[in-house]
Amino acid sequence: MADEHHALTKAFSGLGGLGVDESTMVKTISKWQKQPDQKSKFRKNFPGFFTPNGSIETCEDDFVRHLKTEFSRFKNLMVLWAMHPHERDARWIHHVLHKSHPYTIIIEIACTRSADELLNIRRAYQSLFHHSLEEDVAYLIKENYSKLLVGLVSAFRYEGPRVDNEMAKSEAKLIHNAVKCSAPGEVVKNEELVRILTTRSKLHLKTTFEQYKNLYGKPIAEDLGVNLCLQETVKCIDTPANYFSEVINNAFNNKADKPTKRALNRVIISRADVDMDTIKESYNKQFGTKLEDVIAKNTHGCYKDALLSLVGK
Amino acid sequence: MATLTIPSSIPSPQEDCEQLHKAFEGWGTNEKLIVSVLAHRDAAQRRAIRDAYQATYGKDLLETLLHETHGDFEKVVLLWTLDPRERDAHLANEAATKWAPENRVLIEIACTRSSEELFAVRRAYHAQYKRSLEEDVAAHTTGDFRKLFVPLVSSFRYEGEEMNMSLAKSEAKMLHEKISDKKYTDEEVIRVLTTRSKPQIVATLNQYHNEFGNPINKDLKSDPKDEFLAALRAVIRCICCPEKYMEKVIRLAVNRHGTDENALTRIVTTRAEVDLKAIKEVYQTRNSTPLEKAIKHDTWGHYERMLLALLGCDEA
Repeated sequence: MADEHHALTKAFSGLGGLGVDESTMVKTISKWQKQPDQKSKFRKNFPGFFTPNGSIETCEDDFVRHLKTEFSRFKNLMVLWAMHPHERDARWIHHVLHKSHPYTIIIEIACTRSADELLNIRRAYQSLFHHSLEEDVAYLIKENYSKLLVGLVSAFRYEGPRVDNEMAKSEAKLIHNAVKCSAPGEVVKNEELVRILTTRSKLHLKTTFEQYKNLYGKPIAEDLGVNLCLQETVKCIDTPANYFSEVINNAFNNKADKPTKRALNRVIISRADVDMDTIKESYNKQFGTKLEDVIAKNTHGCYKDALLSLVGK
Repeated sequence: MATLTIPSSIPSPQEDCEQLHKAFEGWGTNEKLIVSVLAHRDAAQRRAIRDAYQATYGKDLLETLLHETHGDFEKVVLLWTLDPRERDAHLANEAATKWAPENRVLIEIACTRSSEELFAVRRAYHAQYKRSLEEDVAAHTTGDFRKLFVPLVSSFRYEGEEMNMSLAKSEAKMLHEKISDKKYTDEEVIRVLTTRSKPQIVATLNQYHNEFGNPINKDLKSDPKDEFLAALRAVIRCICCPEKYMEKVIRLAVNRHGTDENALTRIVTTRAEVDLKAIKEVYQTRNSTPLEKAIKHDTWGHYERMLLALLGCDEA
């Protein structure tokens, strides 16, 4: 019987992991029909959820709030799944702008969607929120990376094959200059750096990053580590699959904060129909395990099943 | 309203391109024939003619025109024949790559086209130049001008009519403070002008005028030689009163010692299918003389004929 208690505790997200195990809960209801002792024992052995209070055990408010979050992961996932991708992206950005979540979500969306997708996201944003996307980003973000973000969301990058190798080389040097000659807090405001990152085509930028490594021996993401926004911009443009793998992996850390855990839904849903295979490969390479296995181990119930279906075979 | 006049029944694109081919044949070119066809076809019709010409004669009509016509006539015919968005892309490319502080063409295009039109220009720019418009503008402008022009050409303004009056008040106040401190290149000034919707900007500038006594452009005239201030004033005029802005460009173009044909050609070809009629009315009011008269006085030959045709004033 200890197994049933263990299983139920796990189902109620008492042993970590994301989501809840609905079917175990329902099975236990019928197993424990007319057995109040079982439930009493369950409550006595689940200190996170219940605490002794006179002759009974009462709920911990914190845990009930935690349960609310865990129960709604599947709901949130399914609503996102049903939504049009442009509305999804527009709503994520709007949410981030108005509830001060990490603004890096804006960088993720602006840099990993195609030029036409970004245009359509801007259209969706206008019809949903009656402001232009760049208007809200410029107005609501006052930090030193504001210019970078406005530039990234306003871009309509050339997507053809033409690349100017000489230009890539000289712009690699300009970037290096910006890194070396600016105070750490000023790098993200450097006009040439922002110009290059927010207007050049992605192919051109990849060439530029390669040149940077050839010239200076270090990957550019490392040298731009002085600023999280710059680093993320480069990662999203250069190696999006690696970037997404990292975000997914961070979400499975039990100590991660709410936005970090929520990122799992965002990445899986937004990439399921795009480049999930590449992300799985990258995940395996980076972390030594298969993404499906990590999901199966760290999530529960319908939430787990839905994620596994999205991630595919 | 447009000034372009199209006959009620027009020949097929095939017949049109045959006429044009005749116009090019032999020694010399029949410019009159070119004008009679092209100056009386809208964008879709001109595109059909170009396609028919390519299919029939295996040559690009634009290249043939380039070869067969010269000078100002060549410029006006070429610009006119292009699709409106290709034309804007061409003008923007010229303005960006040969940029000088007194050049206002980028402002004109970025601020008088609708949001969707501006995006179509950016798309046409990719196809023609294999780079993005903002990329070229950023690479060829510097300092404060870059800070203004890049967001301007990248804007995708909301086009609803709503205005937030309390926001208009607070942003008018902010603008007044910055301008009083001569902080014309301040990020906040640029933010409002390059990201707010046009109705919102108009409401903000009306608030400015009501609260502080002067229209904003008067307060932006502190230094007549400052090209950045002139650029700001142009942005504001293009957003608030584009027809008046265009009229002034034409008026200065014809009043100069010698005419600024490039400016004249640009305004006539880009507005003939849009609002050249309204611009003509503003011109008449402002100068007490019709625009046709000024053009007849200041231009001549086939160039004049083409301009008058686009103004809807040719003797058919």
